[in-house]
Amino acid sequence: MYDFAYHKPSSVADAVKLLAADPDAKAVSGGHTLIPALKHRLNKPSALVDLSGIAEMKGIRREGNALVIGALTKHEAVATSPEVKAAIPMLAFVAKHIGDTQVRNRGTLGGSVANNDPAADYPAAVLGLGATMHTSKRKIAADDFFLGMFTTALEADELLTAISFPIPEKAGYAKMRNPASRYVMAGAFVSRGPQGVRVAINGAGPCVFRQSAMEAALAANWSADAVAAIRQDADGLNSDIHGSAEYRAHLVSVMAKRAVLAAG
Amino acid sequence: MNVMAPFEGIGASVRRKEDLRFLSGRGQYTDDINRPGQLHAFILRSPHAHARITALDTAAAKGMPGVRAVYTGADMAAVGGIPCGWQIHNKDGTPMAEPKHPVLAEGKVRHVGDPVAVVVADTRQHARDAAEAITVSYEVLPSATTMAQAQAPGAPAVHEAVPSNLCYDWHIGEKAAVDAAFAGAAHRVVFETTNNRLVPNAMEPRAAIGDYDATTGEHTLYTTSQNPHVIRLLMGAFVLNIPESKLRVVAPDVGGGFGSKIYHYAEEAIVTWAAHRLGRPVKWTADRTESFMSDAHGRDHVTRAELALDKDGTFLALHVQTQANMGAYLSTFAPCVPTYLYATLLAGVYRTPAIYAEVKAVFTNTVPVDAYRGAGRPEATYLLERLVDVAAKQCGFDRVELRRRNFIATDAFPYQTPVALEYDSGDYFSTLSQALETSGWHGFEARRAEAKARGRLRGIGISTYLEACGIAPSAVVGSLGARAGLYEVGTIRVHPTGSVTVLTGAHSHGQGHETTFAQLVADKLGVPIANVDVVHGDTAKVPFGMGTYGSRSLAVGGSAMDKAMDKIIAKGKKIAAHLMEAAVEDVEFERGTFRVAGTDKTKALAEISLAAYVPHNFPHDELEPGLEETAFYDPKNFTYPGGCHIAEVEIEPETGKVSLVNFTAVDDVGRVINPMIVEGQVQGGVAQGVGQALLEACVYDEGGQLLSASMMDYAMPRADDLAPVSVATHTTLCTHNPLGVKGCGEVGAIGSPPAVINAVVDALRDFGVNHVEMPATPPKIWSIIHGTK
Amino acid sequence: MPQVSLSVNGTAHTVEVEGRTLLVEVLREQLRLTGTHVGCDTSQCGACVVHMDGESVKACTTLAVACEGASVTTIEGLAKPDGTLHPMQEAFREYHALQCGFCTPGMVMSAVDLVQKNPQGLSEAEIREGLEGNLCRCTGYHNIVKAIAAAQDVMHGRRESLAAAAE
Repeated sequence: MYDFAYHKPSSVADAVKLLAADPDAKAVSGGHTLIPALKHRLNKPSALVDLSGIAEMKGIRREGNALVIGALTKHEAVATSPEVKAAIPMLAFVAKHIGDTQVRNRGTLGGSVANNDPAADYPAAVLGLGATMHTSKRKIAADDFFLGMFTTALEADELLTAISFPIPEKAGYAKMRNPASRYVMAGAFVSRGPQGVRVAINGAGPCVFRQSAMEAALAANWSADAVAAIRQDADGLNSDIHGSAEYRAHLVSVMAKRAVLAAG
Repeated sequence: MNVMAPFEGIGASVRRKEDLRFLSGRGQYTDDINRPGQLHAFILRSPHAHARITALDTAAAKGMPGVRAVYTGADMAAVGGIPCGWQIHNKDGTPMAEPKHPVLAEGKVRHVGDPVAVVVADTRQHARDAAEAITVSYEVLPSATTMAQAQAPGAPAVHEAVPSNLCYDWHIGEKAAVDAAFAGAAHRVVFETTNNRLVPNAMEPRAAIGDYDATTGEHTLYTTSQNPHVIRLLMGAFVLNIPESKLRVVAPDVGGGFGSKIYHYAEEAIVTWAAHRLGRPVKWTADRTESFMSDAHGRDHVTRAELALDKDGTFLALHVQTQANMGAYLSTFAPCVPTYLYATLLAGVYRTPAIYAEVKAVFTNTVPVDAYRGAGRPEATYLLERLVDVAAKQCGFDRVELRRRNFIATDAFPYQTPVALEYDSGDYFSTLSQALETSGWHGFEARRAEAKARGRLRGIGISTYLEACGIAPSAVVGSLGARAGLYEVGTIRVHPTGSVTVLTGAHSHGQGHETTFAQLVADKLGVPIANVDVVHGDTAKVPFGMGTYGSRSLAVGGSAMDKAMDKIIAKGKKIAAHLMEAAVEDVEFERGTFRVAGTDKTKALAEISLAAYVPHNFPHDELEPGLEETAFYDPKNFTYPGGCHIAEVEIEPETGKVSLVNFTAVDDVGRVINPMIVEGQVQGGVAQGVGQALLEACVYDEGGQLLSASMMDYAMPRADDLAPVSVATHTTLCTHNPLGVKGCGEVGAIGSPPAVINAVVDALRDFGVNHVEMPATPPKIWSIIHGTK
Repeated sequence: MPQVSLSVNGTAHTVEVEGRTLLVEVLREQLRLTGTHVGCDTSQCGACVVHMDGESVKACTTLAVACEGASVTTIEGLAKPDGTLHPMQEAFREYHALQCGFCTPGMVMSAVDLVQKNPQGLSEAEIREGLEGNLCRCTGYHNIVKAIAAAQDVMHGRRESLAAAAE
């Protein structure tokens, strides 16, 4: 790693101030994506702004017909939260299957979503539930948030503070893992609820995306067969030593089918 | 009260002596060692597969904080190249091509990861920071990553001195006999396959510390090695010109080797040399990414084989043509792996009367390839056991019966194969029957039907295999091109009060020698294992030994100990005879007690040892005081473990994912010293074999970049990738070593890959599939299922 | 240089670190607790697992500066002060769940956390899944799984000793 300065602010305002003052500073929470990248010297931040001391970014609470989860909430906390299990059990399921135990003990919801790794789990849940990102400046709908590989609508001095998940009638998630990294090769998060019928696909493309043909099919007929019959176009999907774009396209249908089955 | 001591001798599953320190975090691995004043080295490596270094500027790096020195190939020009320990001869009798392997690149880099420069600094981070300030100008050259690329017309030469990229073109067996057999054969079966390249990935990354004492002129190298004496010989004599008396090599606790820590690596020479130059200890520890591009890889064969059978399925002849990837340089034992550890095994457990094998070894712009758990024997076994299945299918024979029909009969030993080896013992019929029984082979169709009802494709596969290990008779390997002897040494030091220290040239890096070797002493000398300590891994303590690889520790190292114990007993009898005033011939010894035959006159071993070291009443005119004996044991033959592995898999057709659901291993490893440890060795070996069959692939792109350069992209088997493995043994004794042992370290990795792939092919039997290349990954299986629909 | 105060195996330490210093570097290089190992650089092998404030974490992916006030337990601190091994350590020995020993400290620390978090008991499949963050190249995991299955009964008081669990 290159060396860097380290700051640990205790409020969102202080954190934003630090990030605004130094364009080469980076926010960090669990660090499970950033630290490995730093170790390989793929990144050279001047400073790390450790968000883990900011109390206002923590916690899980029910707000009307939504579940609001602080960005600093760890995966393990989401996975085991009675509130989450009661309101959106599939979100707890997603969290329970991110990385490994040690990743879940350190990694945070906000860190995962703000990083927008195409092979991460949470972005699928966020997009698949039509969640709303609460930032230090504004609210951003999931549909406007994920812009591309490792790219989001967040500005350099803007912090993701919480995510509000509308509570669906039903939701399901299924994924095929990369045998080496255990990240997502292709996954599908499906839901039906206040945001309509949504199908979000992760792992397969350079960025999580909505599968509109599947959404239409499910809206007409909520069944596994309805999505299984729809073929994902391989064009533009990821292709690497673990699977071709064609294979991933095929997996999208399989995972969508399984997600619908999981949703019931 | 008379309490029976628990039995700790041969055959007892004694819990391991070494475990307490490992479980308490008190193991001492190389990187755990810190020498006073220690500096840290970082090695700048080539980012290119093949390039000329046109300029190399280290001035800025030398001025960086904490930097003590920066060295390049020019600084180390006077240092010898890294030697190769084995010389193969071509068909025409000329020696193999053996281009220089410089410690640091000299003008050219030949694979991604080739060391270019070294920075020595106060901390690792300082060294790494400074390495980025080194400017290297590369003229990137076309590269050859695959053997096909390297042998294509106009291919770039990895070494200018070897324009063909051909290291050797070797053969074994009788071509004429094979040709004649093929001419009259009822069946000819052709099988082509690639044995996938693997990265060993012992969990402990390699590390080395050089230390130099200017007052004595002594060098010490602490290193992650399976064979410290071999490193001392190779590095001292060929690279750095340091006499053995001034070079101590210590291989402390080593976190797994699997072959990858046999070889002499550049980093060992670099830290030893730099410590001398700087007068300060210098440490280097690989990070995992470095391990991927600097530890010798394994396997990487491309083979075409053809089997001739008569109408009843009796094997008549086998013709094998193999290309073996050597990588960019010859690693220590690389040339012998695809020849004497591979082609000589092509008879397997079968009576095939005529065999002819041709092997071409090829240089490519990749990391050097050398022995990895099994080394040559897994490649031979995979080839044969897949070929037999392919033959059974093509010719309509039952795959089990075809094997049985061709097995070497149990009463046919010693059995001379057409490819040099003479098997001493084995019972392939029994291991087969036992494995069929344990695995429920005959009830499989019901399980297949049950799986089908769940939407899964279930398959079962078998492999009946043999290996040659206990490496190796020095005279034999010498005649085959080895530049070293392969005996082993053991010293038994009985202390005055009867406790024992064993010095062994074998090295334990997971095998549990501190326990099993103590069991040998407990069994023969009657000393409780708590009072037996095993010393290994330090050239300053142990006589010149050859180390651990090729499942040789017990067969060769244990036999050396046994011989040394014979000498202890012989001397002890003389002392006992003197003390008990009896004739030596009348003194018997059994498990710790010397007795005058037919009397109740006895002396305990501790009484004899005390008399030997406090020789007040001692036969001084016949004997020297003391009770310490050393034996060097050179085996008469290899040992031949073998057995039967049966794998059962299920395939999820939608995704192509293969799951191992059951695995049965019945192995003949000769006499078993510690069943618990044998079982553990087999399970670990099977896990690596299953890894090769289903998960692991070392992949280069066309330009020679290593795509699977981290555990993010190289799939290591995890706990949930594997299934319970049933391990059993069926023993026939080795006939030529005193312990009757054969070895168990490699059987798991040798027998399992073809069993798994045979099961995968069986699961796909409705899809008209003849073969699936390793690793059988989900996309590969998926495209087979969907391509044939 | 930043200073960090943390407790390791019950002993308070204040160490000077750089921003980039990792917890595992503090443990190994400054405190000389070399039982915690580094086996990879992509946070996958788990050889570096320690407990921080009661949870298993990968010390190679934890910045030392972020450990201010933390309470860390390493493999060296798992046994009782009198040397009595933790039931998980005992079980690893009893079931031959280690060979070269390099992955063992992290494996044991992960296993302890896994069992502590699942007092209801874990099936073989759940244990295998729970070891996702730890790699072992020697054992094939089979004996590790058996050891954890036996240790959980002792840790949760369902069995008095491992001797009763061993065959």
